[in-house]
Amino acid sequence: MKPKVAFFDLTSCEGCQLTVIDSLQTHFGLLDVVEIVQFREALSGGNDDYDIALVEGSIASESDEARLKAIRDKAKVLVALGACAHIGGINAIKNLSPLDEVRWSVYGDEADWFEASATRPLDAIVRVDAFIPGCPIDRIEFIEVVKAMVRGKKPPIPDYPVCMECKLKENVCVFDKGGFCLGAITRAGCDAVCPTYGAGCEGCRGLVSKPNQGAMRSALAEHGLAADLIAARMTMFCAHEISKA
Amino acid sequence: MTTTMNIDVHYVTRVEGHGNIVVNVKNGTLEDCRLDIVETPRFFEALLRGRPYTEASHIASRICGICAVGHATASLRATEQALEVHPSEQTRLLRKLMFDAEILDSHILHTYMLVAPDFYKLGSVIALASVEPEAVSRALRVKKLAGDVCATIGGRHTHPITMTVGGFTHLPTVEEIQTLRTRLEDSRKDLDDTVALFKTLPWPQFERETEYIALTKPDEYAFIDGTIASTEGGHYETADYLRVTNEYLLPHSSAKRTRHQRGSYMVGALARFNLNFEHLHPRAKDAAAEFGMKPTVKNPYLNSAAQVIEMVHCVEDAINVCNELIARGIHTEALPKFAGKRGVGVGACEVPRGTLYHDYEIGADGKIVSANCIIPTGQNLANLEADMHKLVPEIIDQGEEQVTSALEMLVRAYDPCISCSVHWLNIQFV
Repeated sequence: MKPKVAFFDLTSCEGCQLTVIDSLQTHFGLLDVVEIVQFREALSGGNDDYDIALVEGSIASESDEARLKAIRDKAKVLVALGACAHIGGINAIKNLSPLDEVRWSVYGDEADWFEASATRPLDAIVRVDAFIPGCPIDRIEFIEVVKAMVRGKKPPIPDYPVCMECKLKENVCVFDKGGFCLGAITRAGCDAVCPTYGAGCEGCRGLVSKPNQGAMRSALAEHGLAADLIAARMTMFCAHEISKA
Repeated sequence: MTTTMNIDVHYVTRVEGHGNIVVNVKNGTLEDCRLDIVETPRFFEALLRGRPYTEASHIASRICGICAVGHATASLRATEQALEVHPSEQTRLLRKLMFDAEILDSHILHTYMLVAPDFYKLGSVIALASVEPEAVSRALRVKKLAGDVCATIGGRHTHPITMTVGGFTHLPTVEEIQTLRTRLEDSRKDLDDTVALFKTLPWPQFERETEYIALTKPDEYAFIDGTIASTEGGHYETADYLRVTNEYLLPHSSAKRTRHQRGSYMVGALARFNLNFEHLHPRAKDAAAEFGMKPTVKNPYLNSAAQVIEMVHCVEDAINVCNELIARGIHTEALPKFAGKRGVGVGACEVPRGTLYHDYEIGADGKIVSANCIIPTGQNLANLEADMHKLVPEIIDQGEEQVTSALEMLVRAYDPCISCSVHWLNIQFV
C-alpha cells in the first residue's frame, strides 16, 4: 500500500512546499509512490488519516505549537521540511531582541491583537523523525528523501560541511575572492550552490553535528569581518542553534 | 425571502498562507462578511533592523516563496536609492528577465494549479491531471522554463543567490541566454494553447466599480520602478507611496489594509492591465481580444484572465531582453563599494500580485535603521471584502454551498499571498 502523506505549513514563506510542487516538473512519478491526503496550499478536501507528515515552518505562536502537537499525535513519521522547521531559520532572528520590543515595533499599540512567541524549530516542541534542511529545500535532495522513506530507509542527509562539496566542484574559495563564508561549519547537501554562484554560505542548512564555531569566528575575523558582522552572519539562519550551543 | 446562512471556511485551500472566510446572514440580512487573516506574524521589519544592508535582500526574499525575486528586487532598489547606487544597463536587463520569468512562473502556478481546478469542480491540479493531462503537463513545462530562467541568472529559483546591491555575484554566459531564448520561443505554442483553454472557461459574471492602482512607465509595461498611477486619476512618485496606501489595522486580521480615493483599491494583474494596456506586447493584446477584454475591466474574477494575458506578454518581453543581452554580450562589472553615508530609499515593483514597496533607512555604519514594506495582498484585502459584500446578496438565493464556492473562487482570483501580507507592516522606530 502507498504511504499516506500530508503536508502542513506553520510560520514560513511556503517556498519549500512550492519546491515540492516544482519537483513534479521532472519527477511526476512521485505521485505514483505516495498518496497525498492533505496539502492545503495545493489541494482542497483531504483527510487526517496519514502516515507521514511533512511540516514546513517554525513555531512562532501558541497556535503553531498546538497544531504541531496534534500533527505529531496522528503521524507515524514526522519530517521537518526546510530551514524554518529544522532550525528556526530566518524567523529566529527575532529571538535576538526582546519579544515585546519586536511586537511593539511592528504593531505599535495594537501589539496585543496578534499572538506571537519566540521562534523555535519543530524538535523544540515534539519528536522529529527526519529533517530536510535548507532555505529552500533542495529539489533533488527532497526526491532522494522520498525515495528512501518509501523504502523504509533513513533519509540520506550529509553530516559533513559545505566546504567538502565546494572543493569537489573545484570552486575558488570564497575567502580567497575576498568574501565571507560559513561553508566550514554548515551541513552539506546543497552542492555548495551559494559559493558556486559567487556568494558566501549563509548557513541555511544548519550546523554540522560538531561545528568548530570558535575556529569559524577566528577565520572570519582574520579575513577582516568585524565582530558585529560575524555575529550577524552566524545568526542569519542559525540564531536558534547558536543560542543553544 | 428569509435566509439564514453561516459560512466559516477555516483555512481557505489553494491559496498561499492562512485565511478564513466568515459570512453570517440572518433573516436575509448580511451581518458579517470578511476574510480573516490568521497567519502567525513573522516581524520581518524587526528582523531587518540592525542587520547589515548586504543581508537585506536575502532576508527579504524569504518573505515569499512565490515572489522571492520580486521581494529581492524591491529590497535592492530601496537599498540602491538609499546608497545612491545606480545599476548598469546589463543589471537592469538581467533583473527584467528574471522578473518576466517570475511573473510567468507565479501566474502559471496560480491559473493552472490553484484556479483552474474550480472550473472543473475538482479539488486540485492532481485531479485535473487525470481529465486534462495535456494541460497539466503544459503547465509543468512552462513552469520549468520560468524556473530555469530564474535559476540560470539567480543561481536558484526560489530565494535567488546572485542578486546583490548594484549587480550580480555571478553572471550567465551568452550561450546560456541563447538557450533560454530558444526555449522561450518554443514556448509560444504552449502560451497560445493556454489562452485557448482559459478563454473557454465559464468565468463568473460579477462587476463592481473599483479603483485600480499600478506602477506605470511612459515606454514599457512597468514591473520594476515607475510612478504610481490610479484609474481615478493622479500620479505619484514612488517615494510618496504613503499618500497612496494610507494603511489601517482591523482586529480580525494580522495584515494591514489600505485605501486611497475610494474605500478600497485593487492591485495586481487586472490593475496593470487596466492602467498599462497600451504597453502590452501585440501578442498579449491579441490574447486580450480572445478573452474579449479591454480596459477598464471591473470583474475581479478576470484577474486570472489578465494573468494569462501577462504570461503572453512576459514571454515576448523575455525574448526581447534575451536578444538585447545577446547583442550586447555579457560583461563582468565591478560591484559598488559602500560610501559610509546615511540614506533613505523606496523600492517599488509590480510583483505577480501587485505593487510592492520596500522603504529603508540605512545608517552611516551600513546597518538598517528602519524598514517599512507594503505588500500587494495587504492592499487588496479591503477591496476583496468590498467585493464579498456586494457579491453575497446577489447570489444568496443559490444556497450556502454555491455562495461558499463563489467566495472561495473570488478569494483565489485575487491570488492572495497571505504569508507575505503579514510580514511587513507600517512601522515607526523611535
